[in-house]
Amino acid sequence: MCLSALNPNTRAIVPGAPKVQQTTELQRPLQIPIHPQLLTLRTSQSTLEHHGTGYDLTNSVFSPDGRNFQVEYAVKAVENGGTSIGIRCKDGVVLAVEKIITSKLLKAGANKRIATIDRHVGAVSSGLVPDGRHFVSRARDEAASWRSTYKTPITTKDLASRMGGYLQAYTLYSSVRPFGITAIVAGWDSELELPVDGQVGSGPSIGSGGKVEGKTFGGPGLYMIEPSGLYWGYYGAATGKGRQTAKAELEKLDLAALKLSLQDGVKEAAKIIYVAHADNKDKEFELEMTWISNIDGPTKGRHQEVPKDILEEAENLAKKYLEGEDDEETKDDDKPAEGDKMEE
Amino acid sequence: MNHLPQAWGRPRDDIYGAYDNSYLQSHGPNQHTQQPIVTGTSVVALKFKDGVIIAADNLASYGSLARFTDVKRLRTFADTSVVGFGGDVSDMQYLDRLLNSLDTEEAYSSSGHTLNAHNLHTYLSKVFYKRRSDFNPLWNQILVAGLDGESKPFLASADLLGTTFSSPSLATGFGAHLAQPLLRKVAPDEEAAAKLSKEQALEAVKESMKVLFYRDARSLDNYSIAVVTKDGIDLKENEKLEKQSWAFADQIRGYGTQIN
Repeated sequence: MCLSALNPNTRAIVPGAPKVQQTTELQRPLQIPIHPQLLTLRTSQSTLEHHGTGYDLTNSVFSPDGRNFQVEYAVKAVENGGTSIGIRCKDGVVLAVEKIITSKLLKAGANKRIATIDRHVGAVSSGLVPDGRHFVSRARDEAASWRSTYKTPITTKDLASRMGGYLQAYTLYSSVRPFGITAIVAGWDSELELPVDGQVGSGPSIGSGGKVEGKTFGGPGLYMIEPSGLYWGYYGAATGKGRQTAKAELEKLDLAALKLSLQDGVKEAAKIIYVAHADNKDKEFELEMTWISNIDGPTKGRHQEVPKDILEEAENLAKKYLEGEDDEETKDDDKPAEGDKMEE
Repeated sequence: MNHLPQAWGRPRDDIYGAYDNSYLQSHGPNQHTQQPIVTGTSVVALKFKDGVIIAADNLASYGSLARFTDVKRLRTFADTSVVGFGGDVSDMQYLDRLLNSLDTEEAYSSSGHTLNAHNLHTYLSKVFYKRRSDFNPLWNQILVAGLDGESKPFLASADLLGTTFSSPSLATGFGAHLAQPLLRKVAPDEEAAAKLSKEQALEAVKESMKVLFYRDARSLDNYSIAVVTKDGIDLKENEKLEKQSWAFADQIRGYGTQIN
């Protein structure tokens, strides 16, 4: 250990073990960006040699410039996954995922990728599908444990926080690997005054009861959680292979104004998945889409699949839009990839 | 007294011998629910041609004190079933949460299948039987009303002992003595129940609730009533008894010989 730490070009040699070839460059892909400031700090003239000295072999190990390479490799797994998006609308939230059809023997519509947590939250992820399932399983446990403690549904924000913490824990130990997914968690927190679970009666009808007059709670929630455990709230979120294109489309929607209706959000989501897939045309795909509306909307605060007729309508619009784009022949697909690495 | 705080307030060791700390531990049997505390009274239910009607009043009593007067004792499940609870209200709350988590977990399996009233009754009766076998009963008698796997009206009872039975009409507690005879007049058997119209059934149930309010000292004139049919559940939680007859009371004087 000491040996390898002192001399970047030597690995600790175990007597009798076959000699390890010095293929430092091949240990990991080379396109990992290096902060320019760090470059200037280096004393060694070859930065790449410096990197390949085992800092990327173990989870939870800091590299000399303070990075966890194993987590960054997990991000690479995400970048190969099908595109997932989420859109936060005025009266609900939409989730959509592009499912690449790897075989004609797969039954259409059978293999669901978007899962429900409790009743009011949906989750979708890009990357390793089994890791996504593990994520959902844990999220359901968290939601159930929240209910047993507080007798009320977990808010989207609290669930995102707990799941962020869970993923982060998988960057702390060498005995586990980070999650190979970026998950999008969407929910609608009821703005109604819900009874607590199992409540009987309505309590005193007079007195303040600790309520603030005119104050409302709840609303849409949309969070994206990365393999590092980092999560933010988003107006619109995208991850997976087509995230760049999807992000560019989401930015056009002015979601921050919170004016987009849920019905339009569904159409936009379908369009974005179709547009994002256009870079990957040789493969067939299936669109899976779910939504959560407020109590007055079509799902009454629950997370549900978008009904078939509405989904088909949205898909037809998306296809039409793509045809229109092809006619114009004004493609400028190869925009420089920006914001691709994990934020700090 | 000495300088050791842990000895303060305790019998002196030098006089009474070392304090036997085992007295602080309880070595007896676990004390489970020995009796109900806050209770709901009767639940009544009746099958008819297209479904089931179930009703229970909105009172939770604390002994003879009518302590809580807006307690809803009918709980819906999965848009096809209603459970009516009699007996201990805290155990009812526990069961309500249990059903809530059951409903949530059922929805996770993507089969699209939901539990019908028959499944729900089986589940609850097994919960009751397990608990009484652990000598820790849930102090309730419940009625499960809804539609079974063939979308036919379903009505059955389960109680703290794990006992189950089914009938075209059912009532718990006081209702078993006062309401059942009235309901059996309109639906003596399954054939008769299968011919009952919704209006006839509603009238019979409302009449039963009125008789129960007349004669059950733990009852209330505010009640909840639910009608379960293929079209869904019509649950009303703030009904008031109508057309009570008290005018005759003016004519009653004394207990025998008193004349005005």
